[in-house]
Amino acid sequence: MDFALFLNQLFNGFSLASLYLLASLGLALSFGIMRVINMAHGEMLMLGGYLAWATLTVVPGGAGILLALPVAFLGAAAMGGIIQSTVIRRLSARPLDTLLATWGVSLVLQQGARDLFGAIGVEVRAPEWLNGSFVLLGVTLPSARLFIIAVAVLVLGALALLLLKSKIGLLTRAVNQDRMMASATGIDVRRVDFAVFCLGSGIAGLAGVMLALLGPVTPSVGQSYIIPAFLVVVMGGLGSIVGTTAAALILGVFSALAQIYVDVSVSQMLLLVFVILFIQIRPQGVVAVKSRQLDA
Amino acid sequence: MIRSRLGTLVVSTFALALASCSGSGTGGESAVGDGIAVGVLHSLTGTMAISEITVKNAEMLAIEEINAGGGVLGKQVSAVVEDGASDPSTFAQKASKLIESDKVVTVFGGWTSASRKAMLPVFERTKNLLWYPVQFEGNECSASIMYSGAQPNQQALPALKWAAEQGFKTYFLVGSDYVYPRTANLILKKHIEKGGMKVLGESYVPLGGTDFSGVIGKIQQAKPAIVINTLNGDSNVAFFKQMQAAGLSPKTLPVMSFSIGEQEAKAMGTSLVEGSYAAWNYFQSLPGEGNARFIAAYKKKFGADAAITDPMVHAYLDVYAWKAAAEKAQSTDPEAVRKAAVTLGAFDTPMGKVSFANNQSLVQKAYIGKLKADGQFEIVSDSGADIQPEPYDALAFPGKSCKH
Repeated sequence: MDFALFLNQLFNGFSLASLYLLASLGLALSFGIMRVINMAHGEMLMLGGYLAWATLTVVPGGAGILLALPVAFLGAAAMGGIIQSTVIRRLSARPLDTLLATWGVSLVLQQGARDLFGAIGVEVRAPEWLNGSFVLLGVTLPSARLFIIAVAVLVLGALALLLLKSKIGLLTRAVNQDRMMASATGIDVRRVDFAVFCLGSGIAGLAGVMLALLGPVTPSVGQSYIIPAFLVVVMGGLGSIVGTTAAALILGVFSALAQIYVDVSVSQMLLLVFVILFIQIRPQGVVAVKSRQLDA
Repeated sequence: MIRSRLGTLVVSTFALALASCSGSGTGGESAVGDGIAVGVLHSLTGTMAISEITVKNAEMLAIEEINAGGGVLGKQVSAVVEDGASDPSTFAQKASKLIESDKVVTVFGGWTSASRKAMLPVFERTKNLLWYPVQFEGNECSASIMYSGAQPNQQALPALKWAAEQGFKTYFLVGSDYVYPRTANLILKKHIEKGGMKVLGESYVPLGGTDFSGVIGKIQQAKPAIVINTLNGDSNVAFFKQMQAAGLSPKTLPVMSFSIGEQEAKAMGTSLVEGSYAAWNYFQSLPGEGNARFIAAYKKKFGADAAITDPMVHAYLDVYAWKAAAEKAQSTDPEAVRKAAVTLGAFDTPMGKVSFANNQSLVQKAYIGKLKADGQFEIVSDSGADIQPEPYDALAFPGKSCKH
């Protein structure tokens, strides 16, 4: 095996890991605090992609993509808020029902996008400054992928700051540790749920913008990333942010390195096998949250 | 304990989602009165919709024109449209619905070979007839299918011959992971080796896949003279986008595609694919009065900026061939129609005169086009003579032949 190819795939692994991370952080957050599995999470990615497309249609050029980030974040967060307050809140004590209901929401959103934007999908053209690439040690580093890694690192940093330093972060950690106790001390648990769910959906919206830089935005774009995102959350130790980050890195790099030897389809299969074996050996995930504390 | 149980729950849930996210599409628009019902079955949703919706449009246009001209055997033709949803099992299910509950006499449909292979047993069991309009990998010859798209020797091999003449000696094969790209590449590899040239690599991505980082890494490593691309559907958008981001444009590394026509180029944005090559039996830029008339009629119905592609023209001529065969046989019985179809002789189509050979495939020419900035192909090479269809490539499948 050639060293340059190895380095190249290592870089691709990090870029894939960034996508997985952005796609799965929201899932991990909402699971950590509400024990709710949101099947419509992939559609937040799709929504982010379409919002990026819409923003770039209104504001073309280099600044458009930067503007698309807050637009997609807010749009997806708002949609998340609607789903949380209309569906999930009312089913919070029944995880299986939530699962089916959010899956229904996912199908509705996909069909909605199909009716609004067409089945074919739209294309987001990356601005000039994201179109180039750098060459380092014989490895080509496309600017778009560097941008994605940078956004993922920034989002992770901002999330850590939020959870560790802010009031809402404190409340979130309290609810995550012991929901009943937090409620008993007067914390409005439902408002915390709502805020966390919006935040998670917003991050997924950002992931959607990143996906739009790499491929077409179609009504079913979320479906192809929701499965790796679930794998990341399961492997990370459900609900842990540090675990989610570690799992995203492991799975991203694993998948990219596997592709040196096998095709993409086989590498996806290997990914699944890897996760199944991993949770056999370590059912609690990468990070065991024994203390029930949301580590940041 | 609870955690691990929840983990199992998550895993099993998403397995469930996987199994059923292929979901079914919309219901049929059934309208069977006194006329003749025919089925139109394409992916109107999912990854293949980018290509198949316009093929359906072309079939509907032909049916409309035929009805305006008095129908078939004095009866109006009514189309029952179904959505295969880019999913082979949905195609099979919808095909049997069309034949068994809508009682259609024939079906126009399919794009991916996976969808054709899934429908094949349905058509053989019900003794119905499928008109399949897309280039494919051969290695199949069923009496229940009329194959109007190119056989490998009418698209892939002429493309390879052209590439060899241009002096390309090293090849990299990229494709979607299903039967067509795998078989087409098997045939190509045999011919590349026989010609004393080299295959530097071969990579497959699941149909609809959007991550090409690994594939592009391998291409950069292998440094081939040309890439042969058998990706289908909107994976192509992701592939060319990520190639561009990695600094490989069709201008620096030529790409020959077998599933990118005018429609796909337009949907992808021509700046992304300008300068890449395609091999087809029809290009919108072909001269000829029949072609001009078809383009004008299509644009009048579906909008002036519509792009016309090879499979659309094959689909359009399929409907007319079915009409001619039914009238020759004086019956819409599938068995009588298919026997009449292979004895029709040459008939006029937008792609010139073509005919069905005894193996139910089309005798046609092959062209190589280079994509220009306006989304049209400049024809850089053509096969000149008509090419007889050969379902079984002699190198890849020695000793096999077509028996009905």
